Amino acid sequence: MTCDCGPPPRKGGNYPEQPYVIGEADTLVGPVPRVRAELTGADRRGTWKARWGIGRMDYRVRPGLYALGEPDRDAPVLVSANYKMSFDALRASMAGRDAWLLVLDTDGINVWCAAGKGTFGTDELVSRIESTGLYALVDRKRVIVPQLGAPGIAAHEVKARARFAVRYGPIEAADLPAWLDAKGKATPTMRRKTFDVGERAELIGVELIGAIGWGLVIALVVAALGGLGGSGGYVANVLTHGSVAAGAVLLGVLAGTVAVPLLLPWLPGRPFAVKGAFAGLVLAGGLMAVVAATRDTGLLTTRLELAAVALISPTIAAFLGMNFTGASTYTSLSGVIKEMRYAVPTQAITAVLALGLWVASRWVA
Amino acid sequence: MMRYLEDVVTLAHEPSLCNGCRLCTEVCPHGVWEVQGRVARMVDRDACMECGACARNCEPEAITVRAGVGCAAALIAGSLGLENACCYQPPEGATAEGETSSVDPAPC
Repeated sequence: MTCDCGPPPRKGGNYPEQPYVIGEADTLVGPVPRVRAELTGADRRGTWKARWGIGRMDYRVRPGLYALGEPDRDAPVLVSANYKMSFDALRASMAGRDAWLLVLDTDGINVWCAAGKGTFGTDELVSRIESTGLYALVDRKRVIVPQLGAPGIAAHEVKARARFAVRYGPIEAADLPAWLDAKGKATPTMRRKTFDVGERAELIGVELIGAIGWGLVIALVVAALGGLGGSGGYVANVLTHGSVAAGAVLLGVLAGTVAVPLLLPWLPGRPFAVKGAFAGLVLAGGLMAVVAATRDTGLLTTRLELAAVALISPTIAAFLGMNFTGASTYTSLSGVIKEMRYAVPTQAITAVLALGLWVASRWVA
Repeated sequence: MMRYLEDVVTLAHEPSLCNGCRLCTEVCPHGVWEVQGRVARMVDRDACMECGACARNCEPEAITVRAGVGCAAALIAGSLGLENACCYQPPEGATAEGETSSVDPAPC
């Protein structure tokens, strides 16, 4: 249920403390905060918490100019967003080097997401270049912008308005030293946005936490409802029938938020809803096998219950898988609109069918 | 490399306007562009994710695309009229050159 844009945007107000500032550089335009390149334990804990969506911490950096190492008039000017993880990745990549870091105000959103919104944009870059007095500070009127900032920045407009050239650096901050050493020549891999298993695994936390809350609520509700109807006592029915429906719901959540990110390239179909439905069907199949082994499959009620399970998990997983398009690095708006045109009505139909079959298995039959 | 749906993106190019600056080949995160004979060519249109980086950095406006974020949750939230949902807000002017979005996803 996320687009992996980090915490919600925050504007103005007080910025958090800056333990990474270790002094000041005296410059022509006044003192500039000097930052350390090394990440500390606190930096890493903050990153971990942000990944799991824990707490409502403020992950912003005060916008403006920073000095890394001992930058002089020839040092590169590296542009970043004021999302702390973006800023951390940049300074850590430049350990042992000298650079000016120009942090734009993106309301605490990372470079790519902010560029898509326009907050990491031409206007902000131009005004930040002007307000920091950068023109007086460096001889080479050039800023290095992360490639993923390009959706928000028009290089020719920056040149016309601020008289600074824009060079697009590599996608990953970690490639910056190699890119700088190669005099700004990028290898093809530096310019390609990947979505490998490690990157996908990092998204599971936020996906799971975003969905598990209402997943548990629905699971508890169906478990409680499962006690009604049929023969036998309420508690016995909750344990034997309610638990099956609740399990199907939770397996659907797991399929959509864990299996889809992890197994994305190997799940069949290109629409994410199809990938989710497939993952949900596989997990539902496991649950159905367990149920079938412990019930009389000759009974109509058992068959209806199995059919309901076969629809519940895939429907939930298809919906959650579809929402993972926002976190992926390769889905287009037009593609998602096309996918949803088929997927959303299908999910609505299978949801109604699943509910009907399940109700029938408990009461009608 | 993972691929999304075929033949859906709004990316378009007018080669006669291209000045051969190569910026599109630099900013594209999916290798859609190559410069051949001083003119940019779309060599892998279906890899486009409509981020809008190429169009925004194309000074002669040879490239057009309806830029946006391919995010189902944002589209759902937008259609329900929810605010603060997710990523998408069209960058000013990036929906450029005539093509406007028929959808109105929620701004963040």
